[in-house]
Amino acid sequence: MSKKLKKRLRRVIVALAVFAVLEVLKVAGVFDALPYGLWIEFAAFLVPYLIAGHDVLAKAWHGITHKQPFDENLLMSIATIGAFALVFFPEAEPHMAEGAAVMLFYQVGELFESYAVGKTRKSISAMMDIAPDYANVMRDGELVQVDPYEVAVGDEIVIKPGERVPLDGVVTSGRSQLDTSALTGESVPRVVEEGAKVTSGCVNMTGMLTVRATAAFENSTVSRILELVENASEKKARTENFISRFARVYTPIVVGLAALIAVISPLAFGYSWSLSVQSALIFLVVSCPCALVISVPLSFFGGIGAASRLGILVKGSSYLEALAQVDTVAFDKTGTLTNGTFGVVGVHAPDSVDKDLLLSYAAHAEAYSDHPIALSVVSSYSGTIDRDKIEEVEEFSGRGVAARVDSHRVLVGNDKLMDAESISVHDCQLVGTILHVAVDGEYLGHIIIADMMKDDAAAAIEGLHKAGVRRTVMLTGDREEVAAAVASELGVDEYRAQLLPQDKVAEIEALLESHEGLGKVAFVGDGINDAPVLMRADVGIAMGGMGSDAAIEAADIVLMDDKPSNIARAIRIARKTLRIVKQNIVFALGVKIVIMILALPMIGISTMWLAVFGDVGVSVIAILNAMRCLRVKR
Amino acid sequence: MKKAFKLDGEICANCAGKIQTAIEKLPGVNSVSVNAMTLRFTLDAEDGQFDSLLQKSISIFEDIEPDCEVLV
Repeated sequence: MSKKLKKRLRRVIVALAVFAVLEVLKVAGVFDALPYGLWIEFAAFLVPYLIAGHDVLAKAWHGITHKQPFDENLLMSIATIGAFALVFFPEAEPHMAEGAAVMLFYQVGELFESYAVGKTRKSISAMMDIAPDYANVMRDGELVQVDPYEVAVGDEIVIKPGERVPLDGVVTSGRSQLDTSALTGESVPRVVEEGAKVTSGCVNMTGMLTVRATAAFENSTVSRILELVENASEKKARTENFISRFARVYTPIVVGLAALIAVISPLAFGYSWSLSVQSALIFLVVSCPCALVISVPLSFFGGIGAASRLGILVKGSSYLEALAQVDTVAFDKTGTLTNGTFGVVGVHAPDSVDKDLLLSYAAHAEAYSDHPIALSVVSSYSGTIDRDKIEEVEEFSGRGVAARVDSHRVLVGNDKLMDAESISVHDCQLVGTILHVAVDGEYLGHIIIADMMKDDAAAAIEGLHKAGVRRTVMLTGDREEVAAAVASELGVDEYRAQLLPQDKVAEIEALLESHEGLGKVAFVGDGINDAPVLMRADVGIAMGGMGSDAAIEAADIVLMDDKPSNIARAIRIARKTLRIVKQNIVFALGVKIVIMILALPMIGISTMWLAVFGDVGVSVIAILNAMRCLRVKR
Repeated sequence: MKKAFKLDGEICANCAGKIQTAIEKLPGVNSVSVNAMTLRFTLDAEDGQFDSLLQKSISIFEDIEPDCEVLV
């Protein structure tokens, strides 16, 4: 709690205590027994009123003198001064206690508001506390701490255990584990060693690392993220703009109504002046739009904060609003649903053949090749490769390899290679690159190599359908068969294959047109050529970890850990935020309108107390409700 | 020229909106944002007039919400 807030809290507590004592005296009838009791009571209740509210009165005066009336301070001042002034109407019941109470509770509510907003602000900035303070650089043979801004691209920096990675770079020596949770929400540490890319903002956990900087600080991930989040709440949602416009007309209207009631109801309908003035005062107290004006941006701010905790960066509340209405999600394939790297997706062989043995033969035969396909076979083999066993390696470009492994002649390659050796092969139904394996002239089986699906890709599509997304579409430049296979395996509703980059934009435009007035269309992508599509879609979602800068720049939402399953989570957070915003608008306006109707002189059952609830109570409840946006299930 | 400033003190979203609208109306201001949540004030104005517009903006802050100070 800040110093200012603490001071205000003390003042309100003192005022509350004085008020409580006076209220007890009043109920006990002490004032009634005294001569001029009413006037003593009047003066006595002025004490807590002024302790609590002198700054409100001062601000109201400031507003009038600076030609900025009609703020809540003025409303409160008129309402409370009015309540005290009722003492001058001989036939009216005195309302000094209410006058003081309205001011007191108003201040309690204000305090609470400041506290809640401050707390939300803090928890979001704590989440964003990823900026490194310094970098260790070798200068003249000595390790010195410098400002990360001073490190140039190509400089070597040393990161000790417990320190934050200051700039994006590549590890040149050392091995360690990185805690990436601040960036991605992923709690499992990432192991890095020589040659691995490291991202600024991660925390080095176990070993010392030497890293060559590949980006200057202002272009490093951490700076880009901070920039994004700080600007996020500036792109206001439609609801937010609506509320601030609404507040601008709502207050003058209610104040006008209050004036009308005060004057017209006694003149035209013959109600007593005191009753009419009291109704008018209740209108003034209730006319404060604070509950709405505070809770709506607070909800969006909380929603953006909750998302960023999961590694989902939302660039503005307007995008959160759009995301809540998404009913169609289009995906790029490579890099978004698949890893974009090749791997072994299957080994097919008759039951009599040991699949591990088949893979072992293939891995040994391919051990000396640096072809991407060879590398993926070697990396998928779980055993160690004994290079002494390998002899007479021969590579046939465009066909495969032959080698002597453990004195067996091993052939690994496509059907052309097998044809040349007149070995008959089994065809494969799966889509991908097929590697046939033959040992000593006998066919063993085949290995299927394909672009690897992301672990959570199928779960991501299922999650979207569960979250209420009606249509998922995959857009890819890949061949028809590959697209069909991936789409059916993941459960994507539709796919479009063999698209050129400009075709993707056309496809999104077609989707947007067919969804006119229905729901919003989101596009998820990662490549440079996805940037125009990301911009064209209602909501552009980019993969932040492996995505290109252009894609991250063009997108409205960035997934830091590249997990497509986070899209459904983001949609849920967005829907929850919008739900809370709507609840607050309906609740706050509803309560206020009911209290105003009950306050009309012809009904006259609202009291000042009810009005205080309508103002402060409603604000507090709306704020508490808004703070739910910040809560998130991991 | 576009510059961002931190705000010190309390400001309600309603006042922030009022201040923003008032500054938007100043001739020479391209865009402005007063953010009550992040306590940031961003002013984008014509280069030559930036300083005088900043001064005018600060006095608008003082008129509408004297509790909130622009940290220049």
